[in-house]
Formats: sequence, structure tokens, C-alpha cells
Amino acid sequence: MSNIHNISATVILRNHQVILNEKVVFETAEDLELSLFLKACYQDLEIDYGKFYKMDLLSKLGFIATEYLLKDQKLNPETALILQNSAGSLETDTNYQASISDKNAFPSPSVFVYTLPNIVLGELSIRHQLQTENAFFISEKFEAPFLIVYLQNLLSTQKAEAAICGWLDLDKDGYNVFLSLITKEEKGKALTAENLKNYYEQFKTRA
Amino acid sequence: MSNLRQELKKQIIEQLNLEDLEITDINDNDELFGDEIGLDSIDALELIVLLEKEYGIKITDPKEGKEVFYSVETMASYIEKHS
Repeated sequence: MSNIHNISATVILRNHQVILNEKVVFETAEDLELSLFLKACYQDLEIDYGKFYKMDLLSKLGFIATEYLLKDQKLNPETALILQNSAGSLETDTNYQASISDKNAFPSPSVFVYTLPNIVLGELSIRHQLQTENAFFISEKFEAPFLIVYLQNLLSTQKAEAAICGWLDLDKDGYNVFLSLITKEEKGKALTAENLKNYYEQFKTRA
Repeated sequence: MSNLRQELKKQIIEQLNLEDLEITDINDNDELFGDEIGLDSIDALELIVLLEKEYGIKITDPKEGKEVFYSVETMASYIEKHS
């Protein structure tokens, strides 16, 4: 194993397709409600993790994408989680706001706890027993150079040995998920901003 | 099974999004926060809201909550005593 980090696996969730390492591995009809698409993915993965059903949609997207990404991988316990999006947790924020707009309404703690985008990082850390560096950045669009600078810093200072990084976005118009697994394994492509951006740009339309 | 206990199981499943459970999966004396049902601290808050919203009962003492929410049976007994 070399000291150079590579983008050793990628997953994309777009247009109700799951694209793992550039191959469509699961899909449903595009007009299915997002929650039902995610439930279908969960069933396809054949996992038993009841907490999945309690998560908000952003966390479910992150959870499902990560499950596929790590399907045949041995996860390094020193894997950092670095995500980015443009909408934050706006969908859940809006739902929560609507749920308390009636003065007689009872606020729901289980909805409220998801009114921050970085909650998904906690869910992933619990699921994969990670006690590592994590960060969730808000950016207008996918900024590969920014992520690379942050990642290189974490990896070169031994704050992490590997990372899951990418874009996890959900708003009223839809969702867009691209996650990559960064490891020292000699596969995939070298960890550069250009390579990361090229992976992200794939499969913008249904394959 | 009493109606109240059945109703509570249905409300717990709905309120806590326990989609992978059926009413018949929860026994009256199953430990709600133990290995059997596996609820967490946020679920505990939801149960407090459920008692207040559906039965008009306020739990203010955290120690009391631990006993009240031990199982469906303890919840039902508490509701019967306080409503």
C-alpha cells in the first residue's frame, strides 16, 4: 500500500438510481416519492437497522449512499467524514417550522433533532462506529478544490487515515448525492480536485 | 390485550416511526429502552409529548419518567391512575 491517497470508490444517487463505481446497481421508477425510493434502497441492501426509519430525508440519503459505498469495503476506523451541500437542512427545517406553526401544536423532538445538516455525520459515525474528524460545509456548488485542501490537511497531519467525502444535497426541487471513499488502496484514481470533480460530474442524467 | 395497551403500541409505532415493528412485536412487559424494543433518548422525549398530547398527562420528574416508560404495561398503568 502506498502513501498516496486515491479515490478508491464512488457512489452517486441521482434520478432514483444508485451508481456505484460508475455502474448502476439499483434503480426505481423516477416518479416514486423520495422516501419510498430510499426505503426500496434500504430493502435492496438487506440490512437491519431500525433507526433508519427515524431519520430525516437528508440523513437517509447519506445513510443509504454510505451503505452502498462501503458494501464490499473494509472501513478503516480512522476514516474522516467531510460533506458539503448548498441547502443545509432546509427541508427538515421547513417541515419542523410547519409542524409548530399552529399555536396548539406539540413540537416533535424527533423532527427537531434533524434541523442541522451535520446530524447526518453523527448518524454515520454511530452506524460505522467512527470517532473521527467530521465536517459539513455549506457551499453554493460542489467545490472540489476546497474539499481537497481540507482533506489533504487532515490526511497529511495524520488526523485521519482515510475519508468519506462528497456532496449531499436535498431541497424542494430534489436531491443530489455524490460520495467518494478516499483511501491508500491502489485503486481508482489519484486524489486530486480534477479527478474528484470529474467523478461528481458523471451521471447527471439518468443512465 | 386491553384496548389502552393496544392503542399505546399503535401510537408508539406511529409517533416514533418504528416502521419495522408490528403491534404484535411488542409485548406488554417488554423493556422499551432495552434490547427488545431499543428506544433512545429522543424517543423518550417523544413519549413525554405523546402522554401530554393524547392523554393530557405531564411528566415533570425525570426519575418518574424512567419508571413510567419502562414498558407498555407501566405506561398504561400510569395513564389509568392519572386520567
